Formats: sequence, structure tokens, C-alpha cells
Amino acid sequence: MRHLLSINDLSLTDAIGILDTATELSRISDGQVKKLPTLRGRTIVNLFAEDSTRTRISFEAAAKRLSADVINFSAKGSSISKGESLKDTAMTLQAMGADAVVIRHGASGAPQRLADLEWMTGSVINAGDGTHEHPSQALLDAFTIRKHLGKGAADLAGIKVAIVGDVLHSRVARSNVLLLNLLGAHVTLVAPPTLLPVGVESWPATISYDLDSVLSQVDVVMMLRVQQERMSDLFFPNAREYSRYFGLNLQRLALMQPHAIIMHPGPMNRGLEIAAEVADSARSVIVEQVANGVSVRMAILYVLLAGAPSGSESN
Amino acid sequence: MSVALSAPDISRALIRISHEILERNQGAENIILLGIPTRGAHLATRISQTISTIEGRDVAVGMLDITMHRDDLRMRPLRAIMPTSIPSSGIEGRDVVLIDDVFFSGRTIRAALDALGEIGRPRSVQLAVLVDRGHRELPIRADYVGKNLPTSPTQSVRVHLTEIDGIDEVLIEGESN
Repeated sequence: MRHLLSINDLSLTDAIGILDTATELSRISDGQVKKLPTLRGRTIVNLFAEDSTRTRISFEAAAKRLSADVINFSAKGSSISKGESLKDTAMTLQAMGADAVVIRHGASGAPQRLADLEWMTGSVINAGDGTHEHPSQALLDAFTIRKHLGKGAADLAGIKVAIVGDVLHSRVARSNVLLLNLLGAHVTLVAPPTLLPVGVESWPATISYDLDSVLSQVDVVMMLRVQQERMSDLFFPNAREYSRYFGLNLQRLALMQPHAIIMHPGPMNRGLEIAAEVADSARSVIVEQVANGVSVRMAILYVLLAGAPSGSESN
Repeated sequence: MSVALSAPDISRALIRISHEILERNQGAENIILLGIPTRGAHLATRISQTISTIEGRDVAVGMLDITMHRDDLRMRPLRAIMPTSIPSSGIEGRDVVLIDDVFFSGRTIRAALDALGEIGRPRSVQLAVLVDRGHRELPIRADYVGKNLPTSPTQSVRVHLTEIDGIDEVLIEGESN
């Protein structure tokens, strides 16, 4: 495996391999050892053409814990804001000898475009592209679910997950549906019809418009952020109505099974899709998701960069 | 392919090594056995059992994965990371005995020393190996050796242990020149 562009690039073995690697790496991070020499001398570029806190910091921490050199590069303050094309930016990164490019971009398919350039020799890691995919987030979500509810199993067979909210604009939802399905979990998407994408019937997931009836059935409730910045249209009458039908509040929390956990990829709109008391409750693993993100991204960097370069593997 | 060590040979070698470790360290009190996964970890467990029987007390045992410290990661297909477990007492001030199956270039042990350095500062580090096949590339030697096996660099040495392979034996593959 050279690039991580989509969950579709992963086989079940690949996915479990990344989760297992992350498990061992998280034990290291928990202990006294914070830094490993594994990627010493390798350069990783964080190319963020769209705003991000968690993902960028998480990839940066992961790369640094593996002793790689990190170059951070965001749209604001770089030539991207002067209108430089993605291809020209990539050419610059290639000339500087980047071993991997972690890219976040507003356009779906931008990482694929980068990976398809023949002269790019490094790995491309999709850190979220438009409304397409966010594979590292899905992997850290699966890692968190496995840690809490996996009971020692390698996959997530039999676990029921509800993904609630703005599925239409969510790359997190798309990657999660693909990965959770690959790992054997059952996904239910809960959203108003206006916030479900065209063709959602073909996704490997059940669809529901009624949150209350789903809550008591599932082991994991994953709330999605309402992505107001991507909304050019009116998708629901107003925030209060959305919150009443699809927001997770204390009353709804009481409907959930005692072992069920609450997740959110962040950043949260407190009071809109999730009530503050719920986000801060003992059932919420939202902060832990962030911590796990570093271990999972270390595992991704290890799997993509540590072994022999592809092509020379037979030597 | 020839059998270099049979099951009884391996068993006798491990018992001798256990005695040598105790003799050198004047008992099991301050020692920690750290096996290098996967087969070194099984050997460490076996040596710890022998030492417990001899001394009548438990000895601290753990395992140390050195994958992330290897200098040849880029030259081989990806290796899976194995578990590391360090006894809760830590390694600070203790006599650590690293245990591996085959001692060859010495690079694994260099990586193990680096990995140990990240965890703490032991009083001493010793090395026990089941087979020393020579061809060192680094100035590292073993303190306890099950058997010295003169080999040519083109040959390969395979250690099989019942825990993984269902049989105890050490094989040499390929022709000596």
C-alpha cells in the first residue's frame, strides 16, 4: 500500500493491520516513551488547503513521535491563496523531496489527483477531501469502538452503529460507513431526508428518519457536525427544529443502552446536534477519539512509510 | 537441510543458560528477563520457569519489541509490530537479560539496546541466545550461548519451538561453501 486515499483502498487485513499497529503504538504513547526513531530523516508535508485543528495537529504529533521532519503548509499564508494550482504546489513539494503529503482539500478527489501525478514519488494521505472521504478519521473511530466494545475481537462483527445528522456533507460518514461495514459492523444512518445524499440507498447501511426508535437499538451513537459552511441551501427550517428532531440531549441519552457510547468527529456545534451536558457526559468518548487519533495516524504513517518502497519488495 | 539442535539439545542448553545467568548475577533477585518477539519471548518464558524451579522464587520476565528501532526497515517488506511488556517494577537499576533465538549480524541487539534506552537505565544489560551463527556486523557479543553454529552467510538458520511450530528443533538450510 502506497497511498491512503479512500477506505476502498483497504482490504479487511489492511484495516485490521492498521488497528493492531495502532494498539501497540498506543501502549508506547501511554508509557514513558514518547518518541520512536522509526521515520528519522523522512519528510512529511501537511498540506492543508482547508481549515482544521484536530486532524492537522494529530498528523503533526504522529509524525513527530516517529521522528519524521514535518513541514506545515496551509492555504492561508501560502501561494495557494495567490491562486497557485494544486499541480504546481505538488511540483514544489516533490522538488523539496517530501516522502509523504498529508492533504486536506475542499475539492473532492484532490488527493486522488495528487496521487495520479506520475512524477510524484511520495505517499499521499487523504486527510479529508470535500464531501468525499476522511479515511484516517474512520480508522480512529473504528479503533475507539473496538477498544470500548470489541471484547478482544479483531473486527467489529455484530456491533450496531448509528450515524446521525448531516450525512450529505459528511466525508466522515462516508468513510465510516465503508470501514464499519468492512469490519462487520451494522450501520444505521439517521438524518432528515434533505441531508442524505443522492444514491444513499446503495450504501451498505440502513436508513432511518426517526432518532428515538434507533437509539435503544445501537451500541454506538456517532453524531455528525451540521456543516453550515457547506450549506448553500436551506436543508432544515431552523436550528431549533433540527435540534428537537436530530439533536442528542439528556432525554435521548436516557434511551440509550447502558454500555452504548457517544462519538463526534469534532468540531462540535454544542446545542445544535449535541447538547453540552451530553458531550461532557461519562458516556462520551469524544476527547478519547482525539487521543486515539494520534496512535492511529502513527500506524498509518508506519504502514505507508516504514517498509521497503513499493516495487522493491521482492528484494 | 540438517538438524543442528534436537529437542533434548535445546532443553539442556536452556537449563545450562539458566544456571549461568544465576551464577553470574548471584541469584534471581535483581534480574529481568526480556525476550525479543516472537521466539525470543518464548525462550524467555522457558528460562524464567527453569530459574523459578531452581531458585524457588519467581523471576521478572517481559518482552521487548524492537521493530520501531530497526535500521533495516526500508530494506524489507513491512514488519508487524509485536507487543512490548515491561514488568511493572521497571528496568531502572536492574540487571536486564535480553533473550533472542538466533544471534547473527548483531543489528537486532543494537535496536534492542536503543529500545531499552528509551525505557530506562538498567544497571547492566546481558545477552542470552540459543544459537550464535557468527558473521557479526557490529561490536556486540553474547554473554550466554546455547550453541555456536559455524555457518556460511548464504545459509539460513531456522529455530522451531513447540509454542509456535509444534516442535523443538534448530535447522540449518542451504549448503556451506
